Amino acid sequence: MLDKQYRVLVLLAHPSLHHSRINRALRDAVSDIPSVTVHDLYDAYPDFYIDKQREQDLADEHDLIVFQHPLYWYSTTPILKLWQDVVFERGFAYGKNGTALQAKDFLQVISTGGKAKAYQHEGHNHFTISEILTPMKATTQMCGLKYHDPFIVHQSYEISNESLVEHVLCYRQLLSAYVEDGSACFDKGIY
Amino acid sequence: MAAEGSTFLFDAVIYLGAAVVAVPMAKKFGLGSVLGYLIAGVIIGPWGLRIVTDTQSILHFAEFGVVLLLFLIGLELNPKRLWEMRKPILGLGGMQVLGTTVLLTGVGLLFGLSWQVALVAGMGLSLSSTAIVLQTMTERNLLSTRAGNNGFSILLFQDIAVIPMLAVIPLLGISTEVTNDNAGWVSALTAFGAIALVIVAGRYLMRPILRIIAKSNSREVFTAFSLFLVIGISLAMQAVELSMALGSFLAGVLLADSEYRHQLESDIEPFKGLLLGLFFIAVGMSIDFGLLISKPFMIIGLTIGLVLIKMIVLILLARRFEIPVSQQGFFTFVLSQGGEFAFVLFGIATGFSAMPQEIADILIVVVAFSMLTTPLLLILNEKLIEPRFAVPKKTMEENIEPQENPVVIAGFGRFGQIVARLLHANKIGTTIIEQNPDHIERVRKFGFKVFYGDVSRLDLLHSAGLEQAKVFIMATDDRESGLETIQLIQEHFPHVKILARAWDLIHVYQLKDLNVEGFQRETFDSALKLGTDVLSTLGFEKHRAHRAAQKYRAYDLALMEKLYHVHQEEDQVISLTQQSREEIERVLEEDDHSFKSSDDHKSVW
Repeated sequence: MLDKQYRVLVLLAHPSLHHSRINRALRDAVSDIPSVTVHDLYDAYPDFYIDKQREQDLADEHDLIVFQHPLYWYSTTPILKLWQDVVFERGFAYGKNGTALQAKDFLQVISTGGKAKAYQHEGHNHFTISEILTPMKATTQMCGLKYHDPFIVHQSYEISNESLVEHVLCYRQLLSAYVEDGSACFDKGIY
Repeated sequence: MAAEGSTFLFDAVIYLGAAVVAVPMAKKFGLGSVLGYLIAGVIIGPWGLRIVTDTQSILHFAEFGVVLLLFLIGLELNPKRLWEMRKPILGLGGMQVLGTTVLLTGVGLLFGLSWQVALVAGMGLSLSSTAIVLQTMTERNLLSTRAGNNGFSILLFQDIAVIPMLAVIPLLGISTEVTNDNAGWVSALTAFGAIALVIVAGRYLMRPILRIIAKSNSREVFTAFSLFLVIGISLAMQAVELSMALGSFLAGVLLADSEYRHQLESDIEPFKGLLLGLFFIAVGMSIDFGLLISKPFMIIGLTIGLVLIKMIVLILLARRFEIPVSQQGFFTFVLSQGGEFAFVLFGIATGFSAMPQEIADILIVVVAFSMLTTPLLLILNEKLIEPRFAVPKKTMEENIEPQENPVVIAGFGRFGQIVARLLHANKIGTTIIEQNPDHIERVRKFGFKVFYGDVSRLDLLHSAGLEQAKVFIMATDDRESGLETIQLIQEHFPHVKILARAWDLIHVYQLKDLNVEGFQRETFDSALKLGTDVLSTLGFEKHRAHRAAQKYRAYDLALMEKLYHVHQEEDQVISLTQQSREEIERVLEEDDHSFKSSDDHKSVW
């Protein structure tokens, strides 16, 4: 008897992917894992006209929703915000009968421009990543999604090849583990 | 030799000169080109200035115009469409030829002709002029209407009907030669054999040959072959006593699916135009005014009688075959003349003594005169009958309730349709003004308010409800009259916001000159979209391609403003085509200097 395979939806949202080595590498690292769906939003909706039904169906069909994006102005890229506005509607994600996302897992995969120590109270940005992502946590809470600590690649525009490979392998390991074991993988200290 | 050559050139100069003078003048007065050619022919012919006298040989030569015309028509119709038309061809065409022949034969008998002569006259006169009808329809762009389609079916049937007619005439003759009973059947059989041969050759032989010739990459050889093909088939058809027009039509149909269709079309087109013009000139020249002078009442009476009888049959058929009321007038008038085949049939009939020469002479003049009546009748139809009883009746009905739709669209063609559908889908009340009656009857069903007619008429704009409208959309095909209409609206309905479809930069300038700022260049956005697809096909990420096009779009709109100011300061005398050519150069130069492609997303982590 086969174990249940958990399914992962990676919503990739980078407006100029051709410039981002790390985001391309992260994408390529997981796109061949069976039961991982990589969905490039800027490719699917270059004019920002998001197909609500299709996106809700995709969210329905998967157990883990991943937002993969660069951190722009302490937030997601704009198409991901729009995606939430369109997809997480009342009656689907929250409110009466809005239970489609209950008990699903949620993970952000974030690339930043700054160094890790910039995201400290005494650092350049004054806030920690965890604090910056508070609105996202509130959203997931409202929708019944299980929030997990984000997977972060700092200083990603000047990352060395060695470090890039390390991150990418780690990310692949994480999603592979999720596919096998579900949310238990987040307790294994993979990242 | 030299003398012969110069005569030919001399004649050519006469014909060309007459056409160049008469046709634009006729068009200017709204008479159409056919009437222009006919008049030119009358003027230079034996009863006018007597510049040309050898009308018969010219007529014979110019019949090739009809042949080429049918070849071109054939190219537009592939076998499948032709098969779909079998019902109107056989039903409508059959009834027209049969009904008219019976009636005319009856009239002939009343005039005391023998039944043989009456039958020959009836058959010959039942046919219409393919040249006049098709030229008129293509000139007015009416071939695709119901009336046009059905009219064409009748012409096709007539072309086919000529075959048995030609076979029967020798049997009706009282020639002293022993007529072989088999002759008719034998020639009918050879006729069908010839048609079969054309079909087989057209299907399996023509394309490979065309391919070889096209590969030679020599334009004039292709043109030469096109002409060779059409003339060759026509001569072959003539050799078996078939209609040349029918043969070339068949050849056209067989090539309609081929990849060389457009090339053939553009090669044959100018020859067709010139020869057809020559044909009409020749008809004009051959009108025997001598007979008219000696027997004026007879000729005029017979002409009126012929046209009337043909019209009665046609109007009955138009009702029976449910041609839209608004098109019945055109349908009836356009097919009401005698045709060029009558000349051929009567010529042969006199040869076989199936018709006395003097009767044939009279009938030929009558046919030629009836050809002259068609353009006049059509003018009558357009000026008096169509506007009165066709659609305005409905316009009046709709007038009882004043229109309160916020949007009025002029032109329901390729462009206006899309705009109207978008509005309709969003439940915006839309009134449409359209000149093509076919479009009208179709969209009425979907709840659009549709007005038939010329949008440049002030009364029509009133009844279309411009007083209550908020927006007027100018989407007709005619640029010049469109601009005039815009001025009319600005003058009489200043509260209406005008949005216009623009063709190109020059048209944009013209609109801006009228202070119309709400315009869209009709091909601009779709071309940018296609350009975006090209970028992403070449590997640009889709959003990047989208941004690139947006950036280029904004840049181009700014450039348009800039060039408009340059254009304003310029001498306005140069021609439109020269303007567009210079505009292209300018735009490309600006692109090279000012447009910097770049990425908007500089943050690259």
